[in-house]
Amino acid sequence: MKVPYSWLKEYVDIDVTAEELQEKLFSCGFEVEELTSPGAEISKVVVAEVKSCEPVEGTHLIICKVNCGEYGDDIQIVTGAPNVYAGMHTPAALDGATLPGGVKILAKPLKGIPSNGMMCSGEELGLNEDLYPGAEVYGLLDLPKDTVPGTDIREVTGLDDFIFDISVTANRPDCQSILGIAREVAAVLGKKLKMPATDYTTTDYVYPSLDIQVEAPDLCPRYLGHGVRNITVKESPRWMRRHLALCGLRSISNVVDITNYVLLEIGQPMHAFDMDQLEDRRIIVRRAKVGEKIQTLDEKEFTLTTENLVICDGNRPVALAGIMGGLNSEITEKTTQLLFEAAKFARDNVRRTSRALGQSSDSSARFEKGISEYITELGMARALHLIQELGCGEITASAFDCSAGAPREGKHFTASLKRINAILGIDVPAKDVVRILKSLEFEVTRKGDTLEVTAPRFREDIEVGEPDLAEEVIREYGYSHVVPTFLKNATVTSGGKTPAQQRRDRACSVMCSQGYYEIYTLSFYADSDLDGLRIAADAPERNVIRIQNPISANLSIMRPLLAPSMLNIVVENLKKGNNEGRIFEISNIYVPGEKGQMPDERPHLGFAAFGDEEDFFTVKGSVEELGKAFGLRFDVERAEDVSWLHPGIAAYLVCEGERIGVFGKLANEVTAELKLHKDSKANHKIFLGEIDYEKMMSHAAMSVHYRPLSPFPAVIRDLALTVDEHTPCGDLMKEIARACPFVKDVELFDIYRGEQIGQGKKSMAFKIRFEPADKLLAPEDVDRFIKKILGNLKFKLGAEIR
Amino acid sequence: MEQRIQALREQMEKRISEIHSKDALSTFWQDFLGKKGSIADLMKSLGTVAKEERPAMGKVINEFKVQAEERYKALSETMEQMELQARNQREAVDITLPAKGRPLGGLHPLTQVKNEIINVFSGMGFDVFEGPEIEDDDHNFTRLNVPKDHPSRDMQDTFYLEDDLLLRTQTSGGQIRVMDRQKPPIKVLVPGRVFRSDSDATHSPMFHQMEGLVVDKSITLCDLQGMLDKFVQQLFDADVRTRLRPSYFPFTEPSVEVDVSCFECAGKGCSLCKHTGWIEVLGGGVVHPKVLENCGIDPSVYSGIAFGIGIERITMLKYGINNIGLLFENDLRFLKQF
Repeated sequence: MKVPYSWLKEYVDIDVTAEELQEKLFSCGFEVEELTSPGAEISKVVVAEVKSCEPVEGTHLIICKVNCGEYGDDIQIVTGAPNVYAGMHTPAALDGATLPGGVKILAKPLKGIPSNGMMCSGEELGLNEDLYPGAEVYGLLDLPKDTVPGTDIREVTGLDDFIFDISVTANRPDCQSILGIAREVAAVLGKKLKMPATDYTTTDYVYPSLDIQVEAPDLCPRYLGHGVRNITVKESPRWMRRHLALCGLRSISNVVDITNYVLLEIGQPMHAFDMDQLEDRRIIVRRAKVGEKIQTLDEKEFTLTTENLVICDGNRPVALAGIMGGLNSEITEKTTQLLFEAAKFARDNVRRTSRALGQSSDSSARFEKGISEYITELGMARALHLIQELGCGEITASAFDCSAGAPREGKHFTASLKRINAILGIDVPAKDVVRILKSLEFEVTRKGDTLEVTAPRFREDIEVGEPDLAEEVIREYGYSHVVPTFLKNATVTSGGKTPAQQRRDRACSVMCSQGYYEIYTLSFYADSDLDGLRIAADAPERNVIRIQNPISANLSIMRPLLAPSMLNIVVENLKKGNNEGRIFEISNIYVPGEKGQMPDERPHLGFAAFGDEEDFFTVKGSVEELGKAFGLRFDVERAEDVSWLHPGIAAYLVCEGERIGVFGKLANEVTAELKLHKDSKANHKIFLGEIDYEKMMSHAAMSVHYRPLSPFPAVIRDLALTVDEHTPCGDLMKEIARACPFVKDVELFDIYRGEQIGQGKKSMAFKIRFEPADKLLAPEDVDRFIKKILGNLKFKLGAEIR
Repeated sequence: MEQRIQALREQMEKRISEIHSKDALSTFWQDFLGKKGSIADLMKSLGTVAKEERPAMGKVINEFKVQAEERYKALSETMEQMELQARNQREAVDITLPAKGRPLGGLHPLTQVKNEIINVFSGMGFDVFEGPEIEDDDHNFTRLNVPKDHPSRDMQDTFYLEDDLLLRTQTSGGQIRVMDRQKPPIKVLVPGRVFRSDSDATHSPMFHQMEGLVVDKSITLCDLQGMLDKFVQQLFDADVRTRLRPSYFPFTEPSVEVDVSCFECAGKGCSLCKHTGWIEVLGGGVVHPKVLENCGIDPSVYSGIAFGIGIERITMLKYGINNIGLLFENDLRFLKQF
């Protein structure tokens, strides 16, 4: 919100500098995001009195001698401006001066004639007609004759003003105006607020048939209308044009300027209808009919629904309520009588309509934040006063006030000083509490500890009493008075992460110790990410939760699977030349709930490993280590039906008979479609996995019990077996372990294929560790075990000792 | 006899000085100290010496033997030393060759910072609660004192799902879930993912917050600052402190923005603090009585303080990261730095 310093000063006697005021505003909750001055870039530009003008023959140049007071009374400056004359007062940029846009002026000859600077036009100083009269004239800026030569031009033209760009929090819509900010400035400086004049007199004239009805009081709780006759549309006065210009608005005409002025000054959006364009001289505030159309002032047409509020005349919409007037009832130079509107529209409805239609304005911005009916009343009165002050019309006696019946007085609270201080934790003296509240226009009477408080009507944010008052008090009294205490009255509590949270930390640590880097990926992606993994259209993963208003189609579904996110990150890394790596993430996947149920958010562990060093077994090893950390043993089952994994190099992870996840090499078909360079693609080895984290953890050992160690040494025997090529190693290991209770560990240490073994056969060598429980194992015992193992293997798997 | 010994002694000294191999050393042993060696011969021939001279001569031979043994032992040790040295030299490796074994991975900086924050507050007795990411309007807004038409809903552009569900825009909803299930005293942290439809150099549509809530008897704004002072001192630097300034959140009253004195320049002014000496780190305030009431806690008996920390913001400040996008790109070159 832009607030010119000079405008503020009309309501408060400010006796601090702009920088000091910025600090003060910051301390009471109004951050000045930017403090600028329109003349900030200008230096060494002063008033010059032109003493003589001497045209240079054969050129358009004129040699001038100018008086610049303390800078010299006989300075030669050459100009090309045709409007220069002896006796003129005009700005001169002297040697070393700077102009807006960083333009630097130096003394240098023009066509060989020495010139000690440059005389300037209004536009060269960044002025326009609204900011300074004559600024847009072609040629030099003609200053009044009472300007003193040598004076800084910024003082003379008002370019030494400041503009505060203030950020106003959502709870303070009353400060979306110059007056609102002025009120805060008055309070923080301890000054009186000078209210703008709102008095006016009316004629006896009453429009005979004029009528206003509000049919949707829920969307329009207050509607004020007032007729104005005998309008003379003309230019606005200087002061008004200047104020508007400092806030970045261009002057249009007195009537339009008044509505803009009241919006900026009071914060009430105003609208003026051309009375002669209102059919039947009627105003009806109602919901639009389905398909009803309106063309707004900016000539855009909108088709409306019953969700949109419109202002209609006897026949058709003439304004989109709170957002913009209709083109059909616009004020023009021909307007002779008008109807002023000052209303309060429901903020959420204005917001929804504005969003739905993609149409917004300064008015809608204010209505969306919310305005109080006090502001509505004040705005109308101020507009009528200005009509009279500017002499642009006659105020009739046709005044309408349609109200849904909201109370016309401020909220009242009985508050305790003690409780206010208990919220803050410090003792603000009673007299300061009362003083502060009064300075903010609260009515306060105090009896001992009790305060009877009435909030000002424009402070609709004051809701519950003491906490609100505590905030008002401390922001004015100063947060520096807060004395930090370290939870001095709080109960001692134990705290810390839950066992489940600690387990999750451990899972992350184990992954890290296996060389995996944790990543963070967005929880949403697109259907095309599932397509990329060749997820079938009827696969359960296609049942997804959709975002109704996604930022982009790329981020429109809540992910049902981490694997696409993992793969995207792998690809991004490969593109950057990170040719190997391991990544993981434990994060939620989302599954729609049954009707009326909340969706299911289920943490999954997603991981990927890529690079020359990786193969199925390096990844399998890391997964097994993860399991070990939680006392889990995983079995694998061939996974031939996972669309994104290689059917021959993929496995389901099985824990105590339950499938808990899947991992393997990325399917060749998926690899082929990756957005990577063709040549490099073939060389990449990418492995992906995804584990249902909670399913895995449901099998985890929550506590560990010590198993006594055998006092007898273990015996280790090697066993080489010849089997059919297709016999899985896992089956052999399982059968070895099953055949003898003393087998504690079976480890494969060699695979051999060759002529000696025969076609279609392989030899596998195992180290078998026998651990006796209660006696020393004699070699004969072990021989017996081996015999039994061999018998079992031969019978079950056709294995022969080699 | 004596001359013979003397000659042998000289011979022995000469031999020992010429030995350069282990073989030569063992021949030396055989020649002098072995069963058939010269010293054994001397002993045998002791019988030929006159009886009265025998003890003296025996002593001389013995001295010679001890001398030879010492020479042998010394040289043998020296040779073993040399041999060990030679072996060590042969076996020496280029220690600057790259290490073997799987290098460690690492936790994402956001996790590291999240854990750091949790550690600080765990020490103060805070529990950790994680609520759902998909929320209803009630928990994300209404019961946090954000009525349907309230403009503060604009502060947070919300992603909506089907069935009136939404992606939580703040972890503050965790306050409600905690207070629904637990009565005071409450000290809890609610870390988690939050979502807003916003995306540029300083915004990501998904980011992380950590909500903190204390509800007990006689909890004040002073406690909020005291607690946060301790927090920033542990997280950033022992000498920093906080500054409160007015702000607005629907669920706290009074609401404050919390700045920390710049830990780079100690408040003197630098580029990190934009020459103000202060860095905005979090928001907080005294829990709004309506929020307590909405959770069945009597605001006339209990009071509370709450705060919300942006984990990305703290992470970026701590590590000097200037673009939030880096945290979600997951470039391994980036991740390996933490």
